[in-house]
Amino acid sequence: MNNRENLLAILLTSVVGLVLNILPLPYWLTLIRPAFLVLVVLYWSTMTPFVAGLALGFIGGLALDVFQGSLLGEHALALSFITYLAVRLNLLMRAKPLFEQSLHVFAALLIYELLLWVVDGWTGRSLSNWLRWVHTATGALLWPVIAGVLGRFHAPR
Amino acid sequence: MAGFGTTVGRPIYGRGPSPGLRFTVYAILSLVLMYLDQRARWSERIRYGLEAAAYPVQVAVNSPAATWAWLTDSFATRHALRVQNLLLQQQVRGLEVAQLRLQALEHENGQLRELHAALPPLAKRWLIAEVIGVEAVPLRQRLIINKGAHAGVHVNQPVVDGAGVLGQVVHVGPWSSEVILITDPEHALPVQLARTQLRTIAVGSGSADELLLPYLAINSDVKSGDVLVSSGLGGVFPAGFPVARVIGVRREANQLLAQVRAEPLGHIAAAREVMLIDFDPAHPAAPASSAALLEGAEPAAVPAKSGGSGDGATPAHKSSGAAKGAAAARRKPSGTPASATPP
Repeated sequence: MNNRENLLAILLTSVVGLVLNILPLPYWLTLIRPAFLVLVVLYWSTMTPFVAGLALGFIGGLALDVFQGSLLGEHALALSFITYLAVRLNLLMRAKPLFEQSLHVFAALLIYELLLWVVDGWTGRSLSNWLRWVHTATGALLWPVIAGVLGRFHAPR
Repeated sequence: MAGFGTTVGRPIYGRGPSPGLRFTVYAILSLVLMYLDQRARWSERIRYGLEAAAYPVQVAVNSPAATWAWLTDSFATRHALRVQNLLLQQQVRGLEVAQLRLQALEHENGQLRELHAALPPLAKRWLIAEVIGVEAVPLRQRLIINKGAHAGVHVNQPVVDGAGVLGQVVHVGPWSSEVILITDPEHALPVQLARTQLRTIAVGSGSADELLLPYLAINSDVKSGDVLVSSGLGGVFPAGFPVARVIGVRREANQLLAQVRAEPLGHIAAAREVMLIDFDPAHPAAPASSAALLEGAEPAAVPAKSGGSGDGATPAHKSSGAAKGAAAARRKPSGTPASATPP
């Protein structure tokens, strides 16, 4: 059924997103690299909220924690929260043109980074650098591309 | 189910708990994981399992770079290899001469300390590991290496290369481990200026070519070109390992502290192979003996005890005991050489 295909596409693109997220790159590129996995999870949880949802967000976040060596559960919490928002507000976002979607994504990424920032602060990690916020802007700018690419994996509604 | 009732006339696949409830469950799960990772010791086991699962992906992600390195290696020309061979031979001779001198010095040192035997070698065992991943998140300076618990790697093990200190192991998986570099902002390393023996703390800046010395008083005797060596406090690194060279000192009249930057001596950005060292605790320069100096220093920070990650805190937290010690040393009038050798 369609859902099974969707599930396959979701898992595949999430793995690709994870790989892009952790691929070793030159330093300046890592500064502007958007959080690919987060964008992919956001896309699927707005477009197919019943197939991909909180479970994907949680597991994806956990994978980020493991691969980036951060506090276990930190990315999982942040990503499952914005996935929750995406699932709840998917109708609000789905009908919007890509430009407006980018703004929504920007807000979601800001919330995501804010949660990470708060957890980092609570656990006594360093906070005082604005560079960590750069990826929210590049992620929002890249959203139309991501949405365009991922849109090919499922039938248009 | 209000959120789910609004679907566009499709069968509801997501019937079951509402997203809000599911989010609450996941959030609680995340919080529990975070708490355990921060406080409890057994979460290292979860991490151990997860790192084992992550290892194939790390290898796969690193494979393009590794293939390229392998290709350039295998197609190196005969001439290039001969040149390299000559260079290496020269280097070995130089090291042999230095080694002779070192043995004499170690012997003399042993006699001066009234030990009636030559000192045991400082490094009991070492291990070469290959770098299979570089932490790709901005401001997190980490390496993934291809040796893990099966090869005897343990948490807090010092990682060095031929030129200086690189970092220490923070997480160990079965076949891979994660190394925090000295340039990571979460890492603080007790150091000493080789010229004046002034003790201070070197904190990572988040960029691979810079360390910060934020705790030097404005009138302290430090200048560009000074070499920093590890002071042996903190219980991880032995005394006297080269760490960094001071590249900039800024003194502003309205500040109490000087702004000092240093450049790491180890090849942090270009590291392909690193060395992991186990130290002989009987050697006076070994970190174990100097850790005993610090009352209140957690014994878990002694590298000889494997798996003792303390409370799972970051190394910056672990060296807090040492930080206090060095802070105390700093409060002495600067310029007075603090005692370099542990009694």
